[in-house]
Amino acid sequence: MDASASPKTSLSSTFESDVRKIIAAEHVRTAGASDAVAGVQPSLVVEPGNEQELAKVLKLANDVGMAVIPRGGGTKLEWGNRPARADLILSTARMNRVIEHAWADLTVSAEAGCTIAKLQDTVAKHGQRLALDPLWPERATVGGVLSTNDSGVLRLRFGSLRDLVIGATVALADGTVASSGGKVVKNVAGYDLPKLVTGAFGTLGVITRAIFRLHPLPKEKRTISVVTRDLTEAQRLVLAIQNSKLAHSALQIRCGAEMQPRVDVLFEGTETGLSAQSAQLKLMAGEAREDDAGGKVWNRREEILSRTESDGENCAMGKFTTLPVEIAETVAMIGKIAASGLRWSVVAQATGIGLVLIDGAVSEIAAALRGLREWLGIRGGSLVVVRRPAGMAELDAWGDSGDALGLMQAVKRQFDQQGTLNPGRFVGGI
Amino acid sequence: MATGISQPRETHIVDARIVDARIFDELREIVGPRGLITSREELHTYECDGLTNFRVLPRAVLLPDSTEQVQKIVRVCHREKIPFVARGSGTGLSGGALPVENGVVISLTRMNKILEVDIPNARVTVEPGVINLDVTARVAPQEYFYAPDPSSQSVCSIGGNVAENSGGAHCLKYGFTTTHVLGLEVVLADGSLVHLGGKTLDAPGYDLMGVFVGSEGTLGIATKIILRIVKRPECVQTLLAAFPSTNEAGAAVSDMIAAGMLPAAIEMMDNLAIQAAEAAVHANYPNCGALLLVELDGPVAEVAALMAHVNEICKKSGAWEIRVAQSDAERALVWKGRKAAFAAMGRISPNYIVQDGVIPRTELPNVMREIGRLSNEAGLRVANVFHAGDGNLHPLVLYDRRISGQEEAAETLSGKILELCIGAGGSITGEHGVGEDKKKMMSKMYSEPDLETMQRVRCAFDPLNLSNPSKVFPRPRLCGEKPGEYVAHPLETAGIAERF
Repeated sequence: MDASASPKTSLSSTFESDVRKIIAAEHVRTAGASDAVAGVQPSLVVEPGNEQELAKVLKLANDVGMAVIPRGGGTKLEWGNRPARADLILSTARMNRVIEHAWADLTVSAEAGCTIAKLQDTVAKHGQRLALDPLWPERATVGGVLSTNDSGVLRLRFGSLRDLVIGATVALADGTVASSGGKVVKNVAGYDLPKLVTGAFGTLGVITRAIFRLHPLPKEKRTISVVTRDLTEAQRLVLAIQNSKLAHSALQIRCGAEMQPRVDVLFEGTETGLSAQSAQLKLMAGEAREDDAGGKVWNRREEILSRTESDGENCAMGKFTTLPVEIAETVAMIGKIAASGLRWSVVAQATGIGLVLIDGAVSEIAAALRGLREWLGIRGGSLVVVRRPAGMAELDAWGDSGDALGLMQAVKRQFDQQGTLNPGRFVGGI
Repeated sequence: MATGISQPRETHIVDARIVDARIFDELREIVGPRGLITSREELHTYECDGLTNFRVLPRAVLLPDSTEQVQKIVRVCHREKIPFVARGSGTGLSGGALPVENGVVISLTRMNKILEVDIPNARVTVEPGVINLDVTARVAPQEYFYAPDPSSQSVCSIGGNVAENSGGAHCLKYGFTTTHVLGLEVVLADGSLVHLGGKTLDAPGYDLMGVFVGSEGTLGIATKIILRIVKRPECVQTLLAAFPSTNEAGAAVSDMIAAGMLPAAIEMMDNLAIQAAEAAVHANYPNCGALLLVELDGPVAEVAALMAHVNEICKKSGAWEIRVAQSDAERALVWKGRKAAFAAMGRISPNYIVQDGVIPRTELPNVMREIGRLSNEAGLRVANVFHAGDGNLHPLVLYDRRISGQEEAAETLSGKILELCIGAGGSITGEHGVGEDKKKMMSKMYSEPDLETMQRVRCAFDPLNLSNPSKVFPRPRLCGEKPGEYVAHPLETAGIAERF
């Protein structure tokens, strides 16, 4: 990392003074070392107070050819490829309001800088939730979570952000502010742009606000964890549960180099319903020993990730996708690839999405990631490298994005012709 | 369905060369003599979709039976700048499959194979011409089903569902077509082939599949579709409750939501709709001001507990009769009445217009009152069928074409109802699409920058504007045109909405 590099001074002073005409002085500051993005040092941090201000600053930057990095809570700012350039951090920190909770309509709209925790607290007052459990909800924001398409364990039942976001407003590089979707759950008027910007890593525009559909908070929850003999048994149990009539909200396999595979099941509903389902599950699990791990098993992703933060020198983290029936095989392959002395742990959802942590010697980690990506690719899956060890040579975060890459690049050109937004961070150099 | 207005109306004419004989020969070479229709009599079958008041005769209809054939056809169209319109079963209600003057129709009905059934991964791969209900029929023995269930599911195609992002009664709980599509093989307007999404989730890159679903055929032609299927719930229960009026029924719906319930479906019909359904299929509905149909599904114990609660809520809100369907046959009959509601209008009115609008659920009493007022004012009856759980209204404007002026009055009334929906913060379409029918309404719902931004996507996919041109957008954007500055949204200037 060259985060300690001194801030650039080349930025035209006209630009800065133009920005100050739009944004009050206390919300424009020179970027410090802590504002670096994957080692690239920007020069200025601007915190607009609203959508119009944000769009104006973005347009100014675009006009003078500056690279803009949108930033929410900054929890996943290291994800994706290192930016090719970074001049201006456009922070949504002050755009943090819940705009409207239409509880009787089960919808909520919020500004991009609103944290997930604040949103959840607001809607919980009426017994509702955004049925999504992304990483670090205390700091992660609506805009950031959407841009990185982060989803957690509830995805199995409630879908991911693409299934929950019903409207979005985006500021484009040329200053256009555009909304699509709306505040009704069912709406097929026009193109579904909220889906387009979900997971686009801020490369098409800056999300300024979004509208979500909500779900009722469950009355009761129960977590059951089962210790399985081996991966085969874990896989068999997961598939049996998926093929059963149980109405579980989450289902995952946890395992690691030094950990026997566990299968965790989350039930949500009424007390009577839960008891009946738990009994059914125990029959299916047969002889397997129950583990009294409790609800904290659902924070496994955060636990794994916090290790990459404390030990960033020697570990990498990847998000893999595979077919639901190939989870065990994938984990076995990870074990095999890591056998050369790397430690690893995995948490995989029944949807086929998993998180893998590998730690050990940097050169071996790189080889392991490449090997795993290739293996998954052959089977139609993928490996996105979310965190790399600091000393590791460049490895594309995304891997192969298939035959639609040209189309993606065409979309990018339409939305951000000059490559102002997050240049180089996304697939295929976008 | 939809209306029976016979006079074809003028449609937007795109700049296109006349298809000449040489090109017909080339197309015939691709699809074989039986795959090309050019005779006037036969072309009439394709002149409209489920919305029959718009009719355009295409120059030719092509019936490819493979992705390669679709690619070859589209390459010819691209070279010759011939606009093309993809068509499934032609059941759409917004004129999305309406042919374009001097253009060709590419009918996907021959591409009707279920290519792969993968039960352990809960995936089914199909060609676009496969009928919606056939997917469920295929996986029913393993106790799975394909969740999106538009009322036309026994005849509509998956390709058409993908184009329209079709909904249905059960999308309250299960989501729309877009929730259940995992991957697409798409022939772009230049004939090239791309794969969006796939059998696994979260493929790296933009969610172009998410934009394609519901783009009404304007971004290309889907030739292969990977669907997600769902395990049948342990039990399903359907409750029928009779209320004095839609106000009490609406209050019951709000109470269910407030109590934290998410039924699989909540449907409402008003008295006129009930009468029509009774006349058509004898669903044995109680004769009441408003009928609520609530379906719960899931594990037995869970459903039993919730059903008791729904019962209570309905009683409290003033239901004077509550029945729970006791058998699969009874349940099927209850649904038959609901699904036949549109067609049933023919029993009580010579002509009718099917409308499709969405409102925030809480606006239901206000909007119903206004619809009543507008209906009185126009002297025309309006029957109402709703997906009440998600605020999707289907007002049916009844009229008699033989009475001079009624047709125009019905169209005006139908348009005013949509404006009501927009004013209430809703949408001009919940599941039927914009197509040809509602493109002018798009400017009332979205601002110019909103629409221009959507069209940037179009420019990336189809810069020559060949794939179903002149649909969805009120004014096509020339690709390469510099987008304009921000213009205030019509609702903003009217003081109805505020931009934050």
